[in-house]
Parts: sequence; structure tokens; C-alpha cells
Amino acid sequence: MDLLSLTIKEVTEKLKNKSFSCKELITECFTTIKKNDKKINAFLTRNEELALKTADKYDALIKNNKEIFSEKPLLGIPVAVKDLFTTKGIRTTAGSKIIGDYYPPFNATAIKKLIDAGVIIIGKTNEDAWGHGSSGENTDYEPTRNPYDLSRVPGGSSSGSGAAVAYGAALVGTGTDTGSSVRLPAGFCNLVGLKPTYGRVSRYGIIAMASSFDTIGHMTKTVYDNAKVLEVTAGLDPYDSTTVPVKVGQYTKVLGQNIKELKIGLPKEYFIKGLDNKVNSSIKNSLKILEKLGATIKEVTLPYTDYAMAAYYILVPSEVSSNLSRYDGVRYGGTREVFGAEAKRRIMLGSYALSSGYYDAYYLKAAKVRTLIKQDFENAFKKVDIIITPTSPTLPFKINEKTDDPLQMYLSDIFLCPVNLAGIPGLNVPSGFVDGLPVGMQIIGPQFSEELLYKVAYLFERETQYYKIHPQFKNG
Amino acid sequence: MDKKYQPIIGLETHVELKTASKMFCGCKNNPFHVSKPNFYTCPVCLGLPGALPVANKKAIEWTIKLGLALGCKINSLSKFDRKHYFYPDLPKGYQISQYDMPFCVNGKVETSFGPVGITRVHLEEDTGKLIHQKVNGRNVTLIDFNRSGVPLVEVVTEPDIHSAAQAKEYAKKLRQIICYLDISDCDMEKGGMRLEANISLQSHPQGVQNQIGHPKGDSLPNYKVELKNINSFRFLERGIEYEVERQKEILESGKTPIQETRGYNAEKNITFTQRTKEEAADYRYFPDPDLPPIRVTPSWLSEIKKDFPEDFNQRLNRWQREYGVKREFIEQLFETSSEADWFEDLFRKLKSEKLAIGKFINLLIHKKIKTVLFKDSPDKIIIEYKKATVVDDVSDEELIPIINKILKTNPAAVADYKSGKKQVMNFLVGQVLREVKKKIEFKRLKALIISMFS
Repeated sequence: MDLLSLTIKEVTEKLKNKSFSCKELITECFTTIKKNDKKINAFLTRNEELALKTADKYDALIKNNKEIFSEKPLLGIPVAVKDLFTTKGIRTTAGSKIIGDYYPPFNATAIKKLIDAGVIIIGKTNEDAWGHGSSGENTDYEPTRNPYDLSRVPGGSSSGSGAAVAYGAALVGTGTDTGSSVRLPAGFCNLVGLKPTYGRVSRYGIIAMASSFDTIGHMTKTVYDNAKVLEVTAGLDPYDSTTVPVKVGQYTKVLGQNIKELKIGLPKEYFIKGLDNKVNSSIKNSLKILEKLGATIKEVTLPYTDYAMAAYYILVPSEVSSNLSRYDGVRYGGTREVFGAEAKRRIMLGSYALSSGYYDAYYLKAAKVRTLIKQDFENAFKKVDIIITPTSPTLPFKINEKTDDPLQMYLSDIFLCPVNLAGIPGLNVPSGFVDGLPVGMQIIGPQFSEELLYKVAYLFERETQYYKIHPQFKNG
Repeated sequence: MDKKYQPIIGLETHVELKTASKMFCGCKNNPFHVSKPNFYTCPVCLGLPGALPVANKKAIEWTIKLGLALGCKINSLSKFDRKHYFYPDLPKGYQISQYDMPFCVNGKVETSFGPVGITRVHLEEDTGKLIHQKVNGRNVTLIDFNRSGVPLVEVVTEPDIHSAAQAKEYAKKLRQIICYLDISDCDMEKGGMRLEANISLQSHPQGVQNQIGHPKGDSLPNYKVELKNINSFRFLERGIEYEVERQKEILESGKTPIQETRGYNAEKNITFTQRTKEEAADYRYFPDPDLPPIRVTPSWLSEIKKDFPEDFNQRLNRWQREYGVKREFIEQLFETSSEADWFEDLFRKLKSEKLAIGKFINLLIHKKIKTVLFKDSPDKIIIEYKKATVVDDVSDEELIPIINKILKTNPAAVADYKSGKKQVMNFLVGQVLREVKKKIEFKRLKALIISMFS
């Protein structure tokens, strides 16, 4: 069995026609992990015993019930879960040593839905602690490496989930995206990664980073796989007041529909100095393919772009400082000095911005800027259907290249954070390779336009098939 | 009141609502009747990582109901905010409360000393409870989260209160209003209702009393003493009285009292320093991003109003009119509107059977009727009432010799009555009843005795 080239769609077919069993599939996942994870550090916790037991159970189900795949659309699919997702009885650390031995008594709603749909949790994945980072290097454990080039970062904060899917340890990697954390690792690891509309997927049971920004997404090799997972995780949740009663789309059903008449906007503020030339040409090349598929391309403007990062880095740390205040050393193992440097930095920034006397000048002002950024996108979507940007201004960078300069690190997310400020969906699609390294393209749409994003991405993927290029573990 | 100083007092009152479930989770809200600590808890009220609050609609409606009863303006847009502080009984490191957009503002409570303005009524969550005890010979502090997340309403007054007696009257009235709305048990002993008073003294130059009564904001004293965690109206009154005297002495000596939080010691009847505040604590309030703002639409508001009980005073006046029920008697017999409804049913029944309601209440107060209040049906009570008031069949012929005997053996009483001390009649009737050992109507005996005087 070649896990690297398998997709959810193919695995489901093979489980159905009994080419292999769930047990064989899951065993292969752990063989791969045992062989390669020493080099990659994608997993913080492996769930081997329970995963194999569940596989046995599902094999029995498949044997006795032919309809089981319509009841459980993701039956037997191995999933790597970011460690911000609470998983009942499975260690959940948030990538931090503060709660290094925390075993939650409940499942996050997204996890519950995935389990009900039949997935098998392979393990919990490495990440920048609490989701704070773009490279995975802010983990309190050993940083994850990029399977395409082991001397480089896989992107973060959902670094382990991205790397795990890229090197064939799982077929889905769950992630959270507060500013970039699904799309950037997807971009750096040649994966399809979705940041859904805010409120589309329940945040219940996801360890909060910045509550008004956090979205719950996932990474897969293909667009179909990605759409299939969203069909399971999306929807209203009575346990999360910020989910909304908007009907869940038929994300896999729309794949293959044409995109003639589609208007694509390119924000002029995004194609600027600082954008790597090779990344730029990769995106331009991808746009030509979309034109061939019938889309038209025009320039749009997002005039408040310059203020986006500043607003983001006031609002997000404000919420972070509040959300992390429960780790006060009273009930969890680690006391506050265990917080890593980045968490401490954000707690201080946020506490400052919320202090009386500074609140109006910082938090409130930034909140107003947020509204303007949101309006920027709304105005642009009056003229175009979707917006396309590079996912990252650079190629995957070297480990330790930016760790001494937090500001440079923050700027890796410059094309991604505005989308979180606006609460709209963004999808990373592989845009090819430069110097043997993956390049990601971001497709942004209006609120709840996930169907459209998938439709565009699917046709593009059918033309390009970059997902068939597998990692070589270079520079190992 | 002292001519030279006027007390300036504002009250903050916390009340636990008796909704079925807690404020932001589905846990049972029953912190006072639970068999063990940390029993009614879940990821939300324990503040576990990843748990999210969902607001209790009933608690919001009850808060608005209270606001309406206090004559408040109901904000059409409201929101919850996070109030940050560190304390072991606060599992999230912040309390979900309301900062600048409370559900209700600008109300009023009348007292016999004048009106007390209500600044705001807002909704928040209660904290857990610390229990200090010895475990295996060690002094430890344990945390019980049964109370964590219980809906808590805070009612804040303007600094319109000018005496301990007025503070007490206001607080009692507020309790009566809340109890009548049936939204809280207001159990002060257990902490279901908690009072805090902000007290300072305003000095008047040349001892001239301020006739306005309501000092303007800019003329408020430059200090404020917070008297905390008072669990009875009597302690509130005494604590304020003590505090007013204490502050007066300090002012007289030419100093200004320190801005601080003080407690009240009931045994010694003194207040004592708990915490001095150099400056206001910074709670770093900001809108809770987990809870969308709440729009109180006109239709929702009228829905809430529909569920409103008849006004307390109006009802008592009507009872006086319709049933001849005296306010001063009935007032003490019930607290909630559903208890009032129970009485209403009973009165209606008594009236339809042409029974004397005044007499009924008299017997009820003196516990002469066997009944469980607010549980028994009107029919059952009426049966008991009849049993208690049944009159034995006794003829005048049988009574006259006994009365004669009593009058003879008590000549002094007879003389007293004749000289105008009418209350002596009670004694005479009592003597006769004791002798007869039967139930006879007071009126009949009285008339009979008087007829035999001449």
C-alpha cells in the first residue's frame, strides 16, 4: 500500500472493495510514523492502541453492513489532529508544556463529528504553542520539519498536521486558522488547506487562541478530500453561540462544475515589493491556467491593507491575553513561568492594549480598523467573485531563519491575516514548485462561499495535479 | 441627622437567580442543596480549555423583568464583557459580566425618605467558593465549583441614600420586589443576596444643610469606603451607622478617611479594614468574543412583559377592596407572586362560600388552621378552617347561670368595665369559656354578658 499517493476517495473505494482492511491501513500509518517521524516531529502523542482497536471494530462493521459508508462517510480514514483540539482521554497539550499532561474529559464538537463519521485518530500533532506562530518553531517541544526539505519549516501553527499529511502518516490533518495556521502549512507542504468562514465550524472544545478570529479547518491532499471533510465538520452547534444557522453546502457535489464567467480579483496591494519573484511567477502562471478554464482576471483594491497587520497584532494578543489567563497555575500542572517567549510576548502586548487608559487608543481603534478591512473585501466582492493572492510572500524558510525577529515572522502571514480580520473563507491550493519547494495559492471568497472556492480549486487541481508530487525528505 | 455632615451612600446588591440551569452551561443551578462539592459542574463552569459559554435566555429575561419592575429603561442592544482578575475561585481568570451596555439602566425605588435612583441592573456569573479546612493535619484551601456560573444579577444605585435607615428600607424593598417576581430566593444567610455599601460623608460649610438632597456629581466627597459582604439588613444598618460615626470623627480631626474596603464584624458591631486600594483595579474589560451581542427586540420585550405579575401594591390594594384583606397582615404571609396567586385562589373560594376572610387570616397568623401554606388546595384549607371555627350548640339557659357565677366572683372586673375599661370584656369572656369548655362565638357571649350587667 502506498500511503503517499492515496486519497480519501481512493481509500474509501479500496475499503469498500476490500483491497485492504482498516487494520492494514492504520497499521501502515504507524509503520510510516515509526520510520519517518523521528526526522519530522509531526506527532506529540500517538494513539496507536486505540486506533488499531477502532480499525478492528470498523472492519467488522464493513463486513456486516454494506450501507455503513453512507452512514459514516469517513469510515476508517486516518486523521492527524492538531493538539489544540480537545480529545476525550487523549493527551491534549496545545503544543505547550503548561498543560503537558492534560487529558480532556470531553471531545471538541469537530472531533465528535469526525468520530461519528468514522475517522480514526492516529495521534495529536505538533504546533506552535497555543497556535502562536507561522513556522512551528514556537512549540514547547521539538519543532516540526518540512518533509520536502528537512532543513526548512513546514509552516505553522498547524505544523504537525501539515507535515503528517504530506509525508503520508494520515489522510487528513485538522488545523485551526486564526491568522494563517491552516493555509500557511498547507502552502508550505503542497496541500489543500481550508480556513472556513468564521462560525461555519464549531469552536467548542478547541483551545482558544483569539476567539473572534479562530476558525476550524483542515488539510488534505486533494480538493475532493477537503470538501468531503467540511461536509462533516460544518454546521450549527448549540455549544458555540458564534456558529450560524446557514445551511451547510454540498461541497463535493459542486466539484466539476465549470467556472466560465468567473471573475477573479487580484488585489494590487498584495503584489508588491517583498513578494518573492519566483513565488510571484508561480502564481501568475496559475492564473493563466484559470484563464484558460474560462475565468477573467482584473485588478481590485483593498485600500486598508497596510493597517491590517497592526490591527491584527493588537486584537489577537488582546484576546490571547484573556484566553490564557485560565492557565494561572492553580489547576494545571505548569505555572506561568512555563509559558514560552511568544506566549509571554502576546500576553504582555494584549494586557497592555486592554488596560484602562490605553483601551480606546489600541483595542477600540484596532476594532474599527477591522471593520474597514471587512468593508474592503465586501467592496471588492461587488466587482469580482473571488480574490487570489499568494499564500506566502516567500518559499518555505529555513529553520531558525526568522526566530530572532518576531516582526519578520509575523510578516509571513501578511496575505493571510486580513482574511481572518474579515471573517471570510480562504483556501490554499498547491500552485506548483520552485527550487523543489511547494508554492501555495490562496483563493478568498465572500462569507459562506466555500462551495465556490472548492469549485474553482477542483478544476485547477484537475489541470495541474501537483498533489502527485511527493516529498523527498531532502537535506535529511 | 448631623447638621454638619450628610452621609452619601450607594448600594450594590448581588442576587443569585433561581433559573433551572446555570448562566452559561446546562448544569443544574442548585448550589445550596447539593450533596457534595463540585457535583453540578461541566467543562464550561470549570473553565476547561476549549469550553465555550452559551447564554441562558431565561436569566436574561428575568434580569429584564427586574429592570422593568424597577422602572428601568431596557437597552435594545446589550452585550457581555470579560472582567479579568486573578482569584482561585474564578476558573477562567475572568468573569463574564456586563460593562458598558447592561440590560437595564435608570430606574427608581421609592422609600419613605425619598426616591433612590437605580443606575443599572446587569447580569453576570457567580464564582466558585473557597473552603478553608484541615486535611490530614494540614491547613488547605479547597475549591467548590457548584456555585460557579450561577446567574448573578447586580443592582447598583445612585448615591441617593442618606441614612442607615434609608439604606435598610431600600434593601428590604428591593428584596421584596425581587422575591415577588419569583426570580430569586434572596437567601441572605447562604449568600443568595449580598449587599455592599459605598459610604462617604459630605460636609456642609457653616453647618448649613444641603436642601437639595441629591448632591451633584462634582460635589461628591473625594473618598469612598466600601462596606462589603453584609448578610442581613440589620447588619447593613448597623454597619453604616458605625461607619458614619467613624468617618465623622476622622473628618472632625481635619483628616480624610482612607479609600478602602471594610468588613463588618457583627459580634463587636464594628467595621474593619479588609483591603486598601491606592487606585482602581484594572479589570481590562472587553466584549466577550464568545457571546454575540444581544438585541432586545420590541417583540421579545412585550413577550417578557406579558409574563409580568400584577403589581405588588396594586394587588394588595385590590385585595383590601375585594376581600377586605388588611395589607399589614397579609404582607408578611407571602413573598413570591406565585404564593400571592395561591392566596388569590383561596380568597376567591372563601368569598364564594361567604366565609369571613378577615377572621380566616387572623386564625392563619395565629396558626389555628392546620395547613401547609402554598401546598394545600383551597378546598382542603376551607375544611380545616371550618373545623377550627365550628361553634357548639349551647343554649342561653345553659349559659346564664355560668355568667352569673363569673360576674359574682369578679366584681372588680365588672366595676372596671362599667367605669369605661372596655378591654376587661376579653377577660370576662375568657373566664366564661373556660367554665363552659365549649366553642362559642365571642360576639354572642359579649352581648349576653352586657345584657346581664344592669
